[in-house]
Amino acid sequence: MIKVENLTKRYAGVTAIHDLNFHVEKGEIVGFLGPNGAGKSTTMRILSSYMPATSGRASIAGFDVFSQSMQARQHLGYMPENVPLYPDMRVTEYLNYRATLKEITGTRQRERVGDVKELCALKEVENRIIGTLSKGYRQRVGLADALLHSPDLLILDEPTIGLDPNQIRQVRDLIRNLGRHHTILLSTHILPEVEMTCSRVVIINRGKIEAADTPENLVNAMRAAGGIRLEAKVGMDNGVEEIGKLPGVKEVAMETEDGWTIFTLRTDSRTDPREALWRLATDRRWTVRELSRRRATLEDVFVELTLGDEV
Amino acid sequence: MTKFLTLLSREVKSCFYSPIAYVVLCFFLGLTGLCFYSGVGFLSRGATERTIVEAFFDSIPFWIGFILIFPPITMRVFSEEFKMGTIETLMTAPVRDWQVVLAKFGGALVFYMVLWLPTLLYFVIFQQVAKADAASAAGAYWGSYLELLMAGMLFISVGCFASALTQNQMVAAVISFCVITFFFLGGLLSFFTPNISPEFRMFASYCSVLEHMGEFSKGMIDSRRFVFYGSGTALMLLLTHQVFQFRRWKA
Ligand SMILES: Nc1ncnc2c1ncn2[C@@H]1O[C@H](COP(=O)(O)OP(=O)(O)O)[C@@H](O)[C@H]1O
Ligand SMILES: [Mg+2]
Repeated sequence: MIKVENLTKRYAGVTAIHDLNFHVEKGEIVGFLGPNGAGKSTTMRILSSYMPATSGRASIAGFDVFSQSMQARQHLGYMPENVPLYPDMRVTEYLNYRATLKEITGTRQRERVGDVKELCALKEVENRIIGTLSKGYRQRVGLADALLHSPDLLILDEPTIGLDPNQIRQVRDLIRNLGRHHTILLSTHILPEVEMTCSRVVIINRGKIEAADTPENLVNAMRAAGGIRLEAKVGMDNGVEEIGKLPGVKEVAMETEDGWTIFTLRTDSRTDPREALWRLATDRRWTVRELSRRRATLEDVFVELTLGDEV
Repeated sequence: MTKFLTLLSREVKSCFYSPIAYVVLCFFLGLTGLCFYSGVGFLSRGATERTIVEAFFDSIPFWIGFILIFPPITMRVFSEEFKMGTIETLMTAPVRDWQVVLAKFGGALVFYMVLWLPTLLYFVIFQQVAKADAASAAGAYWGSYLELLMAGMLFISVGCFASALTQNQMVAAVISFCVITFFFLGGLLSFFTPNISPEFRMFASYCSVLEHMGEFSKGMIDSRRFVFYGSGTALMLLLTHQVFQFRRWKA
């Protein structure tokens, strides 16, 4: 659906993205992640034909975004960062206007505008002036606009930025529903969202792709994949060496707190040494008050990939 | 074509949505009313060769007011879209750059023509009341309006160009005001600087809208003027298109 080859964009003096290569297949929901200034919006603007790349190629549904941009635009619904809208127009008026620009006219326009208003729950504000709407509604107007021409592909630049937790949840549900019929590329900073909604993520940092895989694979491949926490009364006996020898354990840290010893283990995420740990503790007659596992999250991956090498 | 008309009607509407439109409208009504009033006063003071149309269009306050209306009409057309970011939604819809440029130009032109509508009435009323001809001939009457339309097209294209240059509306207004004033007063240069070369003087008066207007209102319609305004407008729109594209592509 999206194909990006050797894409580079230089602004006056700044190289915003450098030699990007990635692709998005039909039906995927792909999360496009990266810290601020990484080049996400730049990439999306090029994909939306808003501006041309300095070099390299990108295509949408097989149409080059520069040389065949009119066809490419027909296949794409794009929602820019911060959802710019005309504040002086009414919701229905705006959607009708956008529909005509997208060559949807007559009865089909009435149908489509009605459909997207329903889908994005805009019925109760359809006659309001956009300038008076809350951020959450504006976001939905932008989304409704992107959906008007039933595009195969949606590109959403930070669709949940600036929303409160309830609104974020609504938008997330909406996006997940849309994912049944559309291919989606979205950028966001809310990583738990991505783990819940995206089938694949592309992580970009300083204009270069750091990783592109499913969230699970990324988490599994991470060096400090998971952590296990054991809190026990160990008496004089400390078992650090023995714990370190359990299979799958990479590193053990130990601290004491009110007579309790707290072990923090780093493991690779495929093995779970909790059972072995439990047996070791009962053999040595430790009193255990907590034995728990913390899975690595996408957030850990993100931080590791975009902050540098230190963990 | 439907797309162009949609864009155009959006531009016209957004002109009328902004409070600036009504300020300009009131200012312009007041100004033309005043000029008309003083024109009538001038005529009624004694026998004169001049007609009301000449007296109206050839007065200094009218011209000063006239050049003041273009910056507020045109300053927002591109600047505002860049400022609000709506340029991104607009230009990622399947529309072409030149459609947008022409629609923005056309929208401002429509508003400009609406400004003039009431004045048509002045001269009709004058003829009814004074039982005298408003202009020396129908040609002078329509010629004046034709000139206004042509000059308006040129100045609006200058304004659009200035607006495409910056996302700051005030800056756009100042730029267009300066350029328009320059065009306008070009002819006066020969009064103030007697020792410039005759070629330059000719060029300056060729560009001087003020001089053209005097001739039009007397009924002298000169085809060179059409070439001047037509090519000037086309050139400014072309430049606007280039700047618009450049800003988007570099931005
Ligand atoms: N119009 C512009 N002119 C110059 N530099 C820009 C422009 N837009 C973005 N940049 C730079 O390009 C880089 C990538 O920006 P952007 O794509 O907006 O990142 P993101 O969306 O990931 O936060 C940043 O360093 C930013 O400063
Ligand atoms: Mg961004």
